[in-house]
Amino acid sequence: MTSLIGQSENIGYSFSEPTSANVKQHSFYPYTDNGGSTLGITGSDFAILAGDTRSTSGYNINSRMVPKVFKIGGDDETGDGAQILLSVVGFAADGNALKEKLDTVVKMYKYQHGKPMSVSACAQRLSTILYEKRFFPYYVHAILAGLDEEGVGALYSYDPVGSYEREQCRAAGAASSLIMPFLDNQVNFKNQYVPGSGEGHALEPVKAEPLPKETVKALVRDAFTSAVERHIEVGDGLQLMIITREGIEEIYHPLKKD
Amino acid sequence: MDKLVAQYSRPPHQNEMYSEQEQQDLTASVPPLSLKFSLPPVDNHSAFLRAMTDDHSNPSCPIKLAHGTTTLAFRFQGGIIVCTDSRATAGNWIASQTVKKVIPVSRLSRGEDKKSDKPTPGLLGTMAGGAADCQYWLRYLSQQCTLHEIRHKRRITVAAASKILANLTYAYKGYGLSMGTMLAGMTPQEGPALYYIDSDGTRLPGNLFCVGSGQTFAYGVLDAEYKYDLTEEEALNLGRRAILAAMHRDAYSGGFINLYHVKEEGWVHHGFDDMNPIFWKTKLEKGEFSNVTSAL
Repeated sequence: MTSLIGQSENIGYSFSEPTSANVKQHSFYPYTDNGGSTLGITGSDFAILAGDTRSTSGYNINSRMVPKVFKIGGDDETGDGAQILLSVVGFAADGNALKEKLDTVVKMYKYQHGKPMSVSACAQRLSTILYEKRFFPYYVHAILAGLDEEGVGALYSYDPVGSYEREQCRAAGAASSLIMPFLDNQVNFKNQYVPGSGEGHALEPVKAEPLPKETVKALVRDAFTSAVERHIEVGDGLQLMIITREGIEEIYHPLKKD
Repeated sequence: MDKLVAQYSRPPHQNEMYSEQEQQDLTASVPPLSLKFSLPPVDNHSAFLRAMTDDHSNPSCPIKLAHGTTTLAFRFQGGIIVCTDSRATAGNWIASQTVKKVIPVSRLSRGEDKKSDKPTPGLLGTMAGGAADCQYWLRYLSQQCTLHEIRHKRRITVAAASKILANLTYAYKGYGLSMGTMLAGMTPQEGPALYYIDSDGTRLPGNLFCVGSGQTFAYGVLDAEYKYDLTEEEALNLGRRAILAAMHRDAYSGGFINLYHVKEEGWVHHGFDDMNPIFWKTKLEKGEFSNVTSAL
């Protein structure tokens, strides 16, 4: 990548007056925030990864169908045979580059080892890929989903330079601050207490347990329809990918287009 | 004119394909814990990085990294206590309340720490500052420790391990790394050993360290109650109580109390417990935190 702004001075066109007096140099700003939000939730035998399909730049909506959730390590361009899902939100160009890179790595792993890459291995590899650009980061919040060795839903969330953690649920992107508190309450049952279990300090918290698939699907839809109501960068469509032992199911659900 | 020709005569899409080296990296079966990092095409890359990621000097920076912590470790007659909170913040946003800030550093215990009553051999590292920096470099250290173990047929000393890390952070000084880490372990050569290493390149041996935004609060409790002759039970309680104080007073610390004990045979995990019930128990049963009202 070259910055043309920095070099135009040296060319010295004969027809232009030298303007070295008041040259304003733009700072190097290689990022755009393309908005949108993603969300992942796991259960005892599945993982769901979802994202809206709007792409924005400032106040402009540039597209209503830019997917943020991808199949990783599929056999062909349709992604058939993939066992890992990746969602990226932030700067779409960085997100795409990251997706392509991880996809290549997972495919090469399969060709060389004759077996698909485990989610935990893929999770750690994604962390190193992100950290390779520690000093020129990818502007992305990534979430990786799949099934672990026991067949239990696995979800890993990342910061832009690769710190990662396995979690039950995670929202990322523009509306993450709207969605995440809802998830804390509805998935991890934070601040919910067993009715009649006591008074004041004796109240017993509700224990978090893995939720059934249909409940989680409903939660994801509720999270996004609500986020659309209150965030300008979220809307148009909801892309849902559900990974189970049977494979990956993809669902599209329209959202408000305003 | 020559300059102009030179500028436009190179292929327009010079860097479009992966270079041979990049192709190699992608296909290599073992990922390099690479010491090759891509740098932005600017003169001053650390200023660029600061402008993009430092939410202290620029609250509206586009890329917010996970930060904020209280971690502590101290030596006593029964070994070493390591205790941390579990909160990660990005600006004012609580990015996570369930971060594992104690990272096992050794071949045998790398990865998820499985539930076990038996002590796990190896070192423990703590995480303060940039979450990714700590995770990545402690993983790198793990790799180096494993190699040491294979080459020399014995486990690495804490002194040597901490020096690998300190040399590393010193080599990257000025690049913008952010980490304050403690390495704790027990080896036959050294006994219980504790080192503090940070991203400036500092490396200090010591009996007692607190690191992070809540360090002062933890020091307050530790300095009042600490002595080398603590029993195991007392030491565990003191570690827990110091982190609790920091969680209570420091907004950037909170979540769960993560407690470890390093013994001769290895380290033992003593729980990852929600701070809220512990706080109320401490207040109501011991009468501490009397400044807080208990009426609901």
